[in-house]
Amino acid sequence: MSAQVPERYRNDFLREVEERVEEGRWVKMCMQCGVCAGSCPFGPHWEHSPQKIFMMIRAGKRAEVLGSDSMWMCTSCYNCIVRCPRKLPITHIMHGLANYAHRLGLAPKGQPTREFARLFWDNCIKQGRANELKLTLGLYFKDGLAAGIKTALAMKGIGLGMFKAKRINPMELFGGHRIKDVKGLHAIIAKAREIEDRRKGYTS
Amino acid sequence: MADMKTAAYVCSGCGIGDRIDAKQLERIAQKEGKMQLVRGHEFLCSAEGVALIREDIAKEGVTHVAIAACSRRAKTDAFAFEGVAITRANLREGVIWSQPDTEDARELTQDMADDYVRMACAELKRMKVPAGNPDRGTSKRILVVGGGLSGMTAALAAAGAGYDVVIVEKQAALGGRAAQWHRRIPYRNPYDAPVETGIAELVAAAGAHPRIKVHVNATLAQTKGAPGRFSVSVCVEGGDMVTEEVGAIVQATGFTPYDIARLPELGGGTNPNVVDQAGLERLALEAAAKGEPIRRPSDGGEVKRVVFLQCAGQRDDSGAHLPYCSGHCCLTSIKQAMYFKDASPSIDTVVMYTDLRTPGLGEDFYRAGQARGILFTKGRASSVTADGALCKVAFRDLILDEDAAIDADLVVLATGMVANSGVNIDIPEEERQKMEVKPVSVLNLAYRQGPDMPQLKYGFTDSHFICFPYETRRTGIYAAGPVRRPMDMAQAAEDATGAALKAIQAVENAGLGRAAHPRVGDLSFPTARLEGCTQCKRCTVECPFGAIDEDEKRYPLFNESRCRRCGTCMGACPVRVISFENYSVDTVGNQIKAIDMPDEFSEKPRILVLACENDAYPALDMAAMSGAMYSAFVRVIPVRCLGSVNTIWITDALNGGWDGVMLMGCKKGDDYQCHFVKGSEMAAYRMSKTDDTLKQMGLETERVATYEVAITDVARVSQLINEYVAKIQEIGMSPMKGFA
Repeated sequence: MSAQVPERYRNDFLREVEERVEEGRWVKMCMQCGVCAGSCPFGPHWEHSPQKIFMMIRAGKRAEVLGSDSMWMCTSCYNCIVRCPRKLPITHIMHGLANYAHRLGLAPKGQPTREFARLFWDNCIKQGRANELKLTLGLYFKDGLAAGIKTALAMKGIGLGMFKAKRINPMELFGGHRIKDVKGLHAIIAKAREIEDRRKGYTS
Repeated sequence: MADMKTAAYVCSGCGIGDRIDAKQLERIAQKEGKMQLVRGHEFLCSAEGVALIREDIAKEGVTHVAIAACSRRAKTDAFAFEGVAITRANLREGVIWSQPDTEDARELTQDMADDYVRMACAELKRMKVPAGNPDRGTSKRILVVGGGLSGMTAALAAAGAGYDVVIVEKQAALGGRAAQWHRRIPYRNPYDAPVETGIAELVAAAGAHPRIKVHVNATLAQTKGAPGRFSVSVCVEGGDMVTEEVGAIVQATGFTPYDIARLPELGGGTNPNVVDQAGLERLALEAAAKGEPIRRPSDGGEVKRVVFLQCAGQRDDSGAHLPYCSGHCCLTSIKQAMYFKDASPSIDTVVMYTDLRTPGLGEDFYRAGQARGILFTKGRASSVTADGALCKVAFRDLILDEDAAIDADLVVLATGMVANSGVNIDIPEEERQKMEVKPVSVLNLAYRQGPDMPQLKYGFTDSHFICFPYETRRTGIYAAGPVRRPMDMAQAAEDATGAALKAIQAVENAGLGRAAHPRVGDLSFPTARLEGCTQCKRCTVECPFGAIDEDEKRYPLFNESRCRRCGTCMGACPVRVISFENYSVDTVGNQIKAIDMPDEFSEKPRILVLACENDAYPALDMAAMSGAMYSAFVRVIPVRCLGSVNTIWITDALNGGWDGVMLMGCKKGDDYQCHFVKGSEMAAYRMSKTDDTLKQMGLETERVATYEVAITDVARVSQLINEYVAKIQEIGMSPMKGFA
């Protein structure tokens, strides 16, 4: 953590979160009891607990919040939502924050959850349905060719088994099948993004 | 007493007859107890049974009645006979319900019942019929000291109930501190916004009420007398004296905010932009009068950001400031932050707390504050420094665990409440005179014990806050509002109503010559045989209620109306000259001597239990009701308060061959539960000195033991008895048997 005195406790960032982040209007209702932090099964593995994230938002620590890996570590177990005495939809806020950080390009680079999410989204949207083979291989090779080959060889047995059981079709590697109207889907998504951008005031 | 006629009634109902030989009890009452009339009945509390007793009182001239049936706490409505002395032998809860229903236990159960009948008869013969307090006051007016929210509420409540009220207010007008408030914390649904204080309406109502007389710019120069006949000299405007005769007093003198000048590190007293909560109310009132937003005090600049520092000079364990929480300040800060948010949502408001305490439905108000965008930060401020017109607040963020700083146009310190209790009478007069700021008395009581009411802790007036709020240690004077503990306006209003009711009870009971709480309706009162008095002054000093003054010959002078009938004076008296008609050193001493003491070789030890009638005795009854069994070797005598236990009883018991003495009283200390405040504490102090006596007698110190027993200790009390009896059996029988 940086030694410099953090930004002043203005309400600006809190207002930004309220306006632009999914369920962000709930952040101000947190009473800092820490039940979420104590309930999270991933607690010790994150940089900041939800309690701290909410306090950092109030403290105006914009860069630290949006650059935190915490939101990406959430497994959506919903323990925090169930236990929050103030009924904050914490899981949803965390996802909202992740999405917002991602959109602004401030999310941590190379964060595996973020990378996988991006891979999955691109894979889905391209043909209008998930191409499991390409998704798997994309995941294997995300860290480079050598690492990809190593992983692929290690998983060889399972792959062959799935092929024999007709769970994998190697032909999917070449194009793969798609939904009827891919163009239509792309138009829908472009429109949705345009609406979201307008509502949330994104310029990009 | 020549015209004394005793009668004993033995009931065999509720299964008593099945477990005990009731005929034998009748024989004992007649032969050993020497009762002039003895009757048995199988259902004594029935209309027929009660009629039998009534007829004996009317036709046979019975003046003293011993009822051997259930506990004295049961069937009190049936066994209420006016103009006679009554005692009860507890055969039901005290014997058959606390003993196993087996053939083996039969003998010991009968022994117990026999002894209780002997004890009742012995007590009865030493009792007199209480005549009622001769010191009756007839004034039913109520004096309210302090004309703030609490005082006016108490006055209106009492006046509304038909009692004349006098309000004495030090300031030039009614209203008190709340009149300087802009808005108050909401006290009814929906708890989401500050509401009008309503003080102006209250002032108008109190001023216009035909039963309320108001003295402003006035103080009490002297208060003397007792409930029903207080005579109060009021120093009114211009220095004139007016005498007011009143029956009871409500002290609602409120609080003073802790001086912010004592917090220079937070800018208190030095920085004009640092104010306390009262200061902010003042700014809000001024702004509202002009119809403008609140401005920065130093230069009238626009306020864009306000920081509220909670617990400023409160909850301090360093000893420099107030150690306690004032309870209302978190909600007050939320309310004040709303002043700004409601004027303009763009104003940043930060409430910095270590623990946010919003009792009751204040939680809704807290949520409403959050919804408005008030920022709550868990942190501890270390300094507030001026930076031009801005204040720089340095603090530790306790969630992010790092040092931080924040700029503000205005800083509000939530300082605590300091009670306006007057003089601390526990500090000797000479030392009070040497104090830097000489304390000023509120009541100026002409009591031997000092000019104001005793304080409990942190300067708040003692008011039995655990069990009986408003009950102070000066009978007929009741504390209400923040003078007795920190509280907000809603609590103060409720408090004031309660104190008004207490005052009404006091004047009514005083008029009838009866005791006030907790022995409400008791007609007995203490008298002293002054020929025997050695003027040791223990009674005057130890009386928890300041009921005893000294006359010109330095003998104790009882003010019966101030007396609560606890008997602490009786317990204190080394020469045993103080007694009540129906409760005296003799009534209890005679019971101790009345039992049939088995010899040293009988393996039947006898343990005397002196149990406080307020908590320990009911706990024993309830233990029996819930089926808890305890040793048949104990004999329980209820006492009014452990403070009334005279050490002669202990000495007599041990000399008489009793094997052990258990004293059961209420909790003592700062969080006392003693109904008479100091009784159990006095008893514990006296008993701490019995070890020497025991050693001189050649007895083990374990033979006298004191226990704190609460009314809720139902499961524990029988266990205590059984453990103690086991210990005595281990030590062995008393060597003192057979000499008395």
